[in-house]
Amino acid sequence: MPTLAANTEFEIRPAAAADLDAVIHLDTQITAMPKVEYWHGIFERFGRRETDGFFLVATSGEGVLGFVVGEIRAWEFGSDPCGWIFAIEVSPDLRMNKVGTALYAALCANFRKAGVSRIRTMLARDAQLVMQFFRSQGMMAGPFIQLEKELDE
Amino acid sequence: MNLKMATRHALFAILELADHPRAQISSAQIAEKYAISPNHLSKVLRTLVCKGLVEAIRGAGGGYSFVGNAKRVTLLDIILIFEEIGTPPSHKQEPGDDTAEGQALRMVMGEIDAISRATLSSITIDTMLKISRRTPGIGSAVHAL
Repeated sequence: MPTLAANTEFEIRPAAAADLDAVIHLDTQITAMPKVEYWHGIFERFGRRETDGFFLVATSGEGVLGFVVGEIRAWEFGSDPCGWIFAIEVSPDLRMNKVGTALYAALCANFRKAGVSRIRTMLARDAQLVMQFFRSQGMMAGPFIQLEKELDE
Repeated sequence: MNLKMATRHALFAILELADHPRAQISSAQIAEKYAISPNHLSKVLRTLVCKGLVEAIRGAGGGYSFVGNAKRVTLLDIILIFEEIGTPPSHKQEPGDDTAEGQALRMVMGEIDAISRATLSSITIDTMLKISRRTPGIGSAVHAL
């Protein structure tokens, strides 16, 4: 896994097929659940879209440092169009280096360019690190509450 | 959800001290800004010193300073020093607790507690300061130190 020396520059750009192995490796490292087909599917759906879905990576000369994926969703349960962030991950060795903040800002810029003015996401209650990250970016609780039920109850 | 007075005093003190990381601030200054009892605040500050979140420098030019990591310490960390969130494990049985209705009520209240804890544990002192900066104060008690 790459390490980021002080003042190392990185760039944010749309993901390319050649980034997928690094993305899958990073996701597996963080979630401990290899999801090879899932990420190939995400790349097929969002890797080549430029107006309503975005798959961005942060890279330096060392390789992929992190990634973010989001899409524009509209009219789910009455919600007007919004940018929906459904994945953001940064190499654990590189946190607190503003990589996540840069990915988040780039995705927000894409959403703004696409004409939406609000972003949303959904997190597990115990995902404290990611929730703290989104809170630090100014996100607050929204007007929706997630509900669920076991189907065989 | 309401917080105990000591908890509110502690949060105000931590936020004030963390917002001025290089300053020594007296308890009187904090008490004046938030219009709270200096005596009560002093007790709260002593507790925060014991917990290693605040440092006290005595003498002329002395005061209190925040020595925690503002990007890591959360609202929940501070609150739990002074009170429980939700029903504590040692909660004594209340009439009706053993009924299906009592258990159902406990389940719903537990859901609320879990959301409260998740919210409070997701907001660090650093984030809380950002929220404060973009939230205008009202009333005469609010002024900059």
